[in-house]
Amino acid sequence: MTESTETVTLDLTVNGRTHQVELEPRELLVDVLRERLGLTGTNLGCETTSCGACTVLVDGRSVKSCTMLAVQGQGRDVRTIEDLADGEVLHPVQAAFQRCHGLQCGFCTPGMVMASVSLIDEGRATDEQSVRAALKGNLCRCTGYQNIVAAVLSAAQEIEADR
Amino acid sequence: MTPVPFAYRRATSVQEAISLLTEHGEEAKAIAGGHSLLPIMKLRFAAPELLVDLGGIPDLDHIRVEGDEMVLGALARHSDLELSALLREEVPLLAHTAGLVGDCQIRHRGTLGGSVAHGDPSADLPATLVALRATVVVDGPGGRRTVPVDHFYTGFLETALAPDELVVELRVPRTGDAPWGYQKFRRRGIDWAIVGVAYQSEPGAGGIGLVNMGPTTLRAAAAEEALRAGADPAQVAALADQDTAPVGDASGSPEYRRHLARVLLSRALAGRNSS
Ligand SMILES: Cc1cc2nc3c(=O)[nH]c(=O)nc-3n(C[C@H](O)[C@H](O)[C@H](O)COP(=O)(O)OP(=O)(O)OC[C@H]3O[C@@H](n4cnc5c(N)ncnc54)[C@H](O)[C@@H]3O)c2cc1C
Ligand code: FES
Ligand code: FES
Repeated sequence: MTESTETVTLDLTVNGRTHQVELEPRELLVDVLRERLGLTGTNLGCETTSCGACTVLVDGRSVKSCTMLAVQGQGRDVRTIEDLADGEVLHPVQAAFQRCHGLQCGFCTPGMVMASVSLIDEGRATDEQSVRAALKGNLCRCTGYQNIVAAVLSAAQEIEADR
Repeated sequence: MTPVPFAYRRATSVQEAISLLTEHGEEAKAIAGGHSLLPIMKLRFAAPELLVDLGGIPDLDHIRVEGDEMVLGALARHSDLELSALLREEVPLLAHTAGLVGDCQIRHRGTLGGSVAHGDPSADLPATLVALRATVVVDGPGGRRTVPVDHFYTGFLETALAPDELVVELRVPRTGDAPWGYQKFRRRGIDWAIVGVAYQSEPGAGGIGLVNMGPTTLRAAAAEEALRAGADPAQVAALADQDTAPVGDASGSPEYRRHLARVLLSRALAGRNSS
């Protein structure tokens, strides 16, 4: 087939802005975010759906952007860590990670935070055990997880109280 | 880790997807959640020339009651099944199993249809569908047909689907609060099952599906028969690995897997579920 090296023009909505990108269908969402849109807050760790560093929100739900084609994002609402804070005001999950010391080197943090926003929204942050289960797709090599779990529970409480 | 180049078409209906697959034959592949297909394409174990994206087809992610069955659209995601209050009430075994697939992010992308069509014997949902005696609803150029799940898996990663056929729906009986159990044994929370066992007591005298005990998802037929004949749970569980053919690999030997199947079935029969 001759069409296999084709490029396509994609309208991709990221953080509320629609970008027109010309790309090959084989390009992964994470690479398009980082290399083409300059949104390097989303990290690339394992590239094999294991570590969660590349987690972004697609239509409000956590997704590993190393295992999604950018073209699959057509017509969807992609949100990255860059869009979470409101100016200088941190999102409650970001604030809780800071308050509870939920990070050390910070490499896993964007993915942890995005995964946490999603799991809190889905009502999974009921207790320590459920938070640990819901975060099992996110690896951290520094913290030992204790403070991350505390941060998620603290943020969930705050978000719930604000509802 | 980028796949080799391919062409991409986004189908807007089941019919359009089938036409594209028919037109391009063996070189084309459907993609739903992409969580089985993309990893192997990234490793370049698969290199389809055309991907037909099912993700934009509307109204194929339904979860609804029809008579004494639940009807589930192929594009229903694992997390949709897991969190559906209706499914948790009507077929709790299926909702529970969906919640054990991978992690939250994987469950937000992976679909029921993709899991069924991929034909991986280490997948969780197919074993539960065997226990439930589900029916796979298939659509293709010749129209719709139904395939009992027992006739769907024909070999390792092989199914009864023609290259231009799609899974469109799954039909499962409404079991309500009849006893069930799902046991998934793995070393870490994110791992696939080393062995898994799905047990559902109704309808009839019960169904038992096995994960990773052979080249396909298997039914524990001998154990089911003992159950129907009124054998006690220990006798039933002892038959879990009869007529299976588990492989040996880094996760365990065939003997270890046989032992696990028996232990896990005894737990599942007691209504114990792994979390
Ligand atoms: C890190 C990781 C861990 C995982 N852990 C588990 C686990 O513990 N248990 C488990 O069961 N699964 C696990 N999975 C697999 C996951 O459940 C997949 O989402 C699922 O198996 C495939 O669904 P999909 O929609 O992603 O299919 P895709 O990857 O899009 O497609 C898979 C195959 O099915 C075909 N296909 C897709 N939809 C249809 C359709 N409607 N009709 C016909 N053919 C179709 C495709 O052509 C392809 O051949 C894991 C995946 C990853 C990446
Ligand atoms: S980089 Fe995507 S999960 Fe690790
Ligand atoms: S803070 Fe370093 S990997 Fe998590």
